[in-house]
Amino acid sequence: MVPAISVKSLSKRYGSLQALDGVDLQVEQGEFFALLGPNGAGKTTLISVLAGLARPDAGEVRVMGHDVVRDYRAARRALGVVPQELVFDPFFTVRETLRIQSGYFGLRNNDAWVDEIIDRLDLRAKANANMRALSGGMKRRVLVAQALVHKPPVIILDEPTAGVDVELRQGLWEFVGSLNAEGHTIVLTTHYLEEAETLCGRVAMLKQGRVVALDTTRNLLADLSGLQLSMRLEPDRLPVQFEGRARRDADGAWVMALGRHAEIADVAVALRAEGVELKDLRVLEPDLEEAFVRIMGRR
Amino acid sequence: MTGFRTLLYKELLRFWKVSFQTIGAPVLTALLYMLVFSHVLESRVEVFPGVSYGAFLIPGLAMMSLLQNAFANSSSSLVQSKVTGNIVFILLPPLSHAEFYWAYVIAAMVRGMLVGAGVFLVTLVTVSVPFPNLLWALAFAMLGGGILGALGLIAGIWADKFDQMAAFQNFVVMPLTFLSGVFYSIHTLPPFWQAVSHLNPIFYMIDGFRYAFFGASDRSPWMSLAIVTGCFTALSFASLQMIRRGYKLRH
Repeated sequence: MVPAISVKSLSKRYGSLQALDGVDLQVEQGEFFALLGPNGAGKTTLISVLAGLARPDAGEVRVMGHDVVRDYRAARRALGVVPQELVFDPFFTVRETLRIQSGYFGLRNNDAWVDEIIDRLDLRAKANANMRALSGGMKRRVLVAQALVHKPPVIILDEPTAGVDVELRQGLWEFVGSLNAEGHTIVLTTHYLEEAETLCGRVAMLKQGRVVALDTTRNLLADLSGLQLSMRLEPDRLPVQFEGRARRDADGAWVMALGRHAEIADVAVALRAEGVELKDLRVLEPDLEEAFVRIMGRR
Repeated sequence: MTGFRTLLYKELLRFWKVSFQTIGAPVLTALLYMLVFSHVLESRVEVFPGVSYGAFLIPGLAMMSLLQNAFANSSSSLVQSKVTGNIVFILLPPLSHAEFYWAYVIAAMVRGMLVGAGVFLVTLVTVSVPFPNLLWALAFAMLGGGILGALGLIAGIWADKFDQMAAFQNFVVMPLTFLSGVFYSIHTLPPFWQAVSHLNPIFYMIDGFRYAFFGASDRSPWMSLAIVTGCFTALSFASLQMIRRGYKLRH
């Protein structure tokens, strides 16, 4: 099966800034893939090259097997992009916007599908309202709808939940999840790492234009140390047997690595025997944020 | 073709939804020019034998309004889309370079011709003008609208900000349209300025268009037609190259 997205040795420079520096990446059909990285890492540039909004300086980029430069029309037909900026055309209503967008993709009688996405994105009440009259969240939904008018096999969402309230965010993920279940390949960038962790099967992390990690979400988490226990004690004195195993975190709490959950009971017993009271106890599970911070911290 | 038709429809709808400003306002402006200039100059100037100054002025005013509005349509649409960012809706779909070009240029021609026709009809209230030779009139109206539409496209792609666009309009388009013989025959100018006027392509659009009404002109209409066609071809080629290379549209 041809990969949904294939990026080989992609480089892109803006003046003195090397935005992308030899990026290699492959996303298979049907994946739910996250592109993570700090601001300026090159995520949006990579998406721009995939969408044909920026021209690569070197390398080869294909969407569903179509080269984004030489075979740009076929590549663009296979791709739906939800841009990061909240852009809209103030001359038109929601329905006009979606009809016009369908036409740009060569679709004339697309009303049934336009109605379906209007319903699925909960835009029915605003379908005939001018774009200017919509709230930010509603405009965001229209952007998602615009990316879907041509039923693209590959959908890219660039920070779709930035500045979006919790309710809409969850509704949006539910919808995108259902698109993925229907077979669409989803690529997203987000600042909310817990979203990537719960939704995405694979993750690529970008730093200064390079891919610094590319693996399944599960493997990235498994690489981290396992459970950790964070505790505050009264008096603030650690039993002798735990010295060397625990360290102080930035807030002054004791943090100790555990092999398994059952060890928590041993720690509690040892503390009681020493007459030390537990004021606060938290079990820290590894998360993508930790993986992200560690990988980005590496040289 | 559906992509082209949709982009054309969107461009037409864009000015039609605000037609009071995009068609009504320039027609009113031209009518004011007409009232003031023809009132002041009617008894003093006769350019062609037997043609009143008012009658002489009408085709020139109609053509000037046509040209300015064709330019305004494509340039303002593009620069607005670029500044607000919604140009991505046109850049993401699989529109071909030619579809992109023709949709903007034809929409500009249509708006220009609607304004030109409006000016013509309204100014007829003040002076009567002979019915034009339609073939000549349409040829110059369409080519003139196409040239300024393409020029607007180039300016819209080039300009990053509204003030750059305003500079292009005020320092290039306005002088060219004003110094093109709209208000006078260039034969009344000193020889140096006559020579300069002959370098202005808009002079040939106005002169050829006027020929359609009076059968008289400063230059042979065939020569004007050839120059105007050449300009249109050159500007079309330049704008298509810009679109193909993604100049200022795709980084």
